[in-house]
Parts: sequence; C-alpha cells; structure tokens
Amino acid sequence: MKAFRKVTGTGVPLGRSDIDTDAIIPQQWLITTSREGLGKGLFSNWRYRDDAFTPDHGFVLNEPRFARAKILVAGPNYGCGSSREHAVWAHLDFGIEAIIAESFGPIFRDNALRNGLPAITLDGAAVSQVLAQLAALPANRMTVDLERAEVTGPDGTAYRFTMDEERRRALLDGIDDISATLAHAPDIDAFHSADRIRNPYYWVQPPRD
Amino acid sequence: MTPITADATSLFDKLWQARLIKDLGDDRGLIHIDRHLLHDLSSPQAFAGLRQAGRPVRTPALQVAVPDHIVDTMPGRGDATVRGGADMIVALRRNAVENGLRLFDIGDPRQGIVHVVAAEQGIVLPGMTVVCGDSHTCTLGALGCWAFGIGTSEVEHVLATQTLVIRKPSSMRIRVEGRRGAGVTAKDLALGIIRAIGINAAKGGVLEYAGPAVTALSMEERFTLCNMGIEASARSAIIAPDETTFAYVRDHCGSPEWLPVATEAWTMLRSGPQASFDREFHFNCTDLAPQISWGTNPGQTIGIGDAIPPLPEPSAPRERASAERALAYMGLAPGQRLEGLPIAKVFIGSCTNSRISDLAAAARIVRGRHVAPGVRALVVPGSSRVKAEAEHLGLDRIFIDAGFEWRESGCSMCVGMNADRVAAGERCVSTSNRNFEGRQGPGARTHLASPATAAASAIAGHIADCRQVAGR
Ligand code: SF4
Repeated sequence: MKAFRKVTGTGVPLGRSDIDTDAIIPQQWLITTSREGLGKGLFSNWRYRDDAFTPDHGFVLNEPRFARAKILVAGPNYGCGSSREHAVWAHLDFGIEAIIAESFGPIFRDNALRNGLPAITLDGAAVSQVLAQLAALPANRMTVDLERAEVTGPDGTAYRFTMDEERRRALLDGIDDISATLAHAPDIDAFHSADRIRNPYYWVQPPRD
Repeated sequence: MTPITADATSLFDKLWQARLIKDLGDDRGLIHIDRHLLHDLSSPQAFAGLRQAGRPVRTPALQVAVPDHIVDTMPGRGDATVRGGADMIVALRRNAVENGLRLFDIGDPRQGIVHVVAAEQGIVLPGMTVVCGDSHTCTLGALGCWAFGIGTSEVEHVLATQTLVIRKPSSMRIRVEGRRGAGVTAKDLALGIIRAIGINAAKGGVLEYAGPAVTALSMEERFTLCNMGIEASARSAIIAPDETTFAYVRDHCGSPEWLPVATEAWTMLRSGPQASFDREFHFNCTDLAPQISWGTNPGQTIGIGDAIPPLPEPSAPRERASAERALAYMGLAPGQRLEGLPIAKVFIGSCTNSRISDLAAAARIVRGRHVAPGVRALVVPGSSRVKAEAEHLGLDRIFIDAGFEWRESGCSMCVGMNADRVAAGERCVSTSNRNFEGRQGPGARTHLASPATAAASAIAGHIADCRQVAGR
C-alpha cells in the first residue's frame, strides 16, 4: 500500500447524504478484472449526460474551479451500500487523495483505508462549515495532514480528527496488511490445529461434494 | 441483585470469542474465517494481487466459488454475457481451478446466487464466521453465524491468511413482537423495520433480530429478513439458532453423524438474559401492511394503501433533500398513491426473495391469470437447485402460462450488470433489496416489494395490493 502523510489541493463539495457506491461507480464499470482506469466511471451517471460522456455542467465535479480536486468533502453516510472496492479505486484513479465526511458506509471506509485513501470523519458542524465555504468562497485549497491528524479548511480553520491509531500508522507507513497478519502465522496454525479437534464439523466438506 | 450465574454475554460476543485467534489489544482481534465465498465480481483483482505478491491461498478447503453477478440468465446459457463479462467468469474458473477451490460453475446443479447457494448446500453452519466480497453476506447470519461483506482487499487478505483483523463492532438488538396479518411477508417486515429504525440505525455494527415474531419465521423467511440488514447499515445481522435452524441444517447437510454433537453445542449460541447492547430497538408487526418503496433508499417505504408522505420539515434538511431528490428521480410527488401506478417491469428474484417459498407464494397469485399487456415480468430462481425444485412442483408452467419469463439462476435484474435491466424512466416492481438510483440500470425506477406484491402487480399492470388478489 502507498503511504499517505499529507495532501494539499483543491477540495470539492458533494454535500448530499447517503451517497451509495452504486452512484459512485455504476455497475457497468465493474465489468473488469483490473483495478485500473476506473476514474472515468466515477459518478458517471451524474457526471455525463449520455453514453458519449458529454459532461453535465450542473454536476459539481465538472465545474472548472473544482477541476483536479484532490480532497472530496461529502455528506453523511458516504459510500453506503454495495461492497464494491471499485468505488475506492475510482476515486484514486480520478485523483482524489482524501475524503472527508461525517460518517461512512463501513465497508467503503475499510476499503478506502486499505488502499491508502484516508476516509476522515469530522463532526457534522465542521463538515457543514467546510461544505459551505467550498461552495461560497473562491478559495478552495484544503489540507489533510495525517501526521498531525488535522484538516485545514478553505478559510484556514484547522479541525482535529481522530482515527484508529493502528489504521493511522498503517496509512502513514504504507503497511501491507497481509504481511502484518502473516507475522501471526504460528498463532493461526495453532488455532487451526486446535479447532480441528474442538469443532471437527467445521472442517469437513459438505457431504454433497 | 443479579444472580452470579446470569449470562450477560450476547450471541455476538460468543461468536467473537469462539473465533478469536488472538487479541491484538485496542479492541482489535485476529479472527479466524470459517467460510470464504467468492464470486465473479469482487474476486479477480484479489487473485491478481496474490499472484503479484507470490502468495498461495492458505486454506483452499474453506473457500467456495460461484459465478452469479455477471452470468446470463437465458435458458441454454454459456459463458457469454454482457461485453467483458465472460472474462470475469473465466477468471473465476481459472482462479478456482489453479488454487484448488471448490467451484459451482455455470451448468453445475449447485450454481446460483452465492448467498442462496451457501445456505442450501450446507456450506454454512451456525457458529461460523462467514465472509464474501458482497455486502449482502449478512443474509447468512439467519443461520446463527457471524456473516459479513468485505471488499476486494479483504478478500485477498482472507485468501492469503484465512483471517481478518477486525475492530470489535458495536452490537444492537431489535425485538420484533406481534403477529403478521394475511399477505404480510418477511420482506414486508424487513422493509417496515428499516422504515421505522432508519437506514443508518445499525451504524455498521451487528444487529441481532429477536422476539416472538422472529422466532416464528421459517428459515427462508429469516434469510429474507437478515438479507436486508445491511440496508439498515448492519454489516452483520444474526438470529439465534433454534429448532427451525437445526431442522434446516439437517435437511441441507444430509444428517451427518456429527450433527447431534454440533447441535448440542449450537444451542448455547444465544444472548444471555442479562446481555446488554449498544442500542436496542422494538418493533410491533401486528398492524403492518404489505410494504412498497417509493424512493431511492429502502427506508423510503410506505404501506401499499398509503400515500407518499409529505416532505420532511425544513428542520430536517438531510431527510428533506433526500426525499426531494428521490421524488424527482422516481417521477412522484408527496401525497400521491402508489397503488394503481402503471408499471413496465416486474422482477421476482435476487438473494432477498428467490427461494422456493418465494416462488411458491408468487405462483399462488399468478396461477390461472395472465401478465397484463405492456408488462415484462421475469422470474429468476436464486439457484439451479431452486429452479429444479420449482420445476418439479410445476411452478415453471404456472409462470410460463401466465406470460412470465422463466430464467436460469443468477443475480439478474437486481443489479443490472448482466443483460437484464430496467430502461431509463421505466417503473419496476422488484423483489430485490436496493432501489438506489441507477441500481437496475441508469434511470430505472425501482419499487421494492414482496413476491406476492410483485406477482399481483404483474397481473394488474400497475402497483397492486396482493391481498385483493386471492391466491388460488
Ligand atoms: S442478488 Fe443482488 S443483492 Fe444479491 S448478491 Fe446478487 S447483486 Fe447482490
């Protein structure tokens, strides 16, 4: 996993609540065996007016002042619904490096953190303030600093955030979860041996096979 | 005073404890995974990651793979499906064969929607941890196991280690009381509960369904109820195993010699009388009517005879904005009734409502009647086994004679990733679980309902109350 320390760049406001992963990356984009190239599909039902990818200028990501946004600020329950990790890959491929919301769909949040994309929760008042500023002010530069656990809004206000310490460290160091777990291989082996005796029926194949 | 013998552990606590390999501190645990289910959509990138890192699948015997999302559902199908889809089916097959995983391929009598298949093939048992790269894995918690959806990175992690590192989730319980009226199904119960507690109620935690109205449900009805748990944001839903569960396991495992011992152990899997939860809900289903959704999330639901509620007050801006947007997308207005609204499509299927009892309930309404002109109606069994059983009972003839399409098993029109889609602006009564914008195809207008409501609506040509169409 790529390490994440800090990003400064354009913030884009997407204040709707309950944006589900079907909206983030509609199903036709999932027909692939690769993780690459999904940025084009990000919010495609909202970004484009037709199948020829004509941009819908009413959609915030198409506004010139939010072009090349790096930080997405969203309404509560962002990424609810389907577990498709393509939703995370699409953000990264598009160029989004951090997402801020009051809350996230649990699977989306896990997926994001495992891909080096910090999904940061701030309280509702802070998110509303940032959303309002992004919509109103000409300034839209923001910073997400994971080392200091701090978001800086467009007007320079700093907001502290919390994240599981273990997840924060993993992001900062770009730790590969699988290697970390494989360090526990002896414990896993011991559990398996004991469980074969304790719960043998969990280890037999279903009879129809 | 609480007697010292009082059991204060919840069902979920027991599952956590039993499958915990190692406490990692800070509320995190290394959890053993008993069953890992794989399908065509979420697994190819995970296997690619393993190959790239040169890692083997640690415990092939605990994995089962089945293609379901992308597959074509036309009779006589092969790998061919929507553009690019065959590659995903081929990738699943190759990954399963190369790594020695069990595979229920297209053409295998065990193929079907992963959550339907895992239960009916006896692959999942009470007390297990079960994961799958699919959010509706919560369905299987109906068997009294801890089942939850994961992303592709976690799929790779499970393949490589047979474990996950998990922060202990919050736990919630809903007690359901009362007696359901005629024509009110488990699907109506699921929708009614989500409407009452809200789509964020469970906050990513584990939701235990309990109470007399839950105990009274058949096993298939319990799957329907738990399936919709994720729509109330429960990553897992669970029901304590009881005689109904044990009878189901017996029927689907073929009475192996270990069953009595296992059953004895499983009777301990229940929340103690003193167990506490982060949040408790209550729901009484006595006055519940058949439900139908009007909006673009499953909580935007009403009783079949009701009018769409007025917009929420401006003091609730989030709900108000969401309702306004949903109504615009659905082409509806506050105060409007859904009953009588013309429809273009009806879909009976999905991991929510595609089991034999669902098809039988729909067939009782359809028998001797005909799908209304202008309506296209599909019945897609949840598995090839369900299909065979339905054909044995003659349900296929009832549907076909009535003008329904009778398909091969798969996710079909639930997700619009295969050839089965709802066109932009078309209205569909669907027995699936998500009415999100674009879920059944870009611009599709989905109304979630039970198989009985879907069948009655197909016959009427508009949204209809199944209680007014007598079953035959
Ligand atoms: S039927 Fe629908 S909800 Fe169920 S697994 Fe398939 S796509 Fe997902």
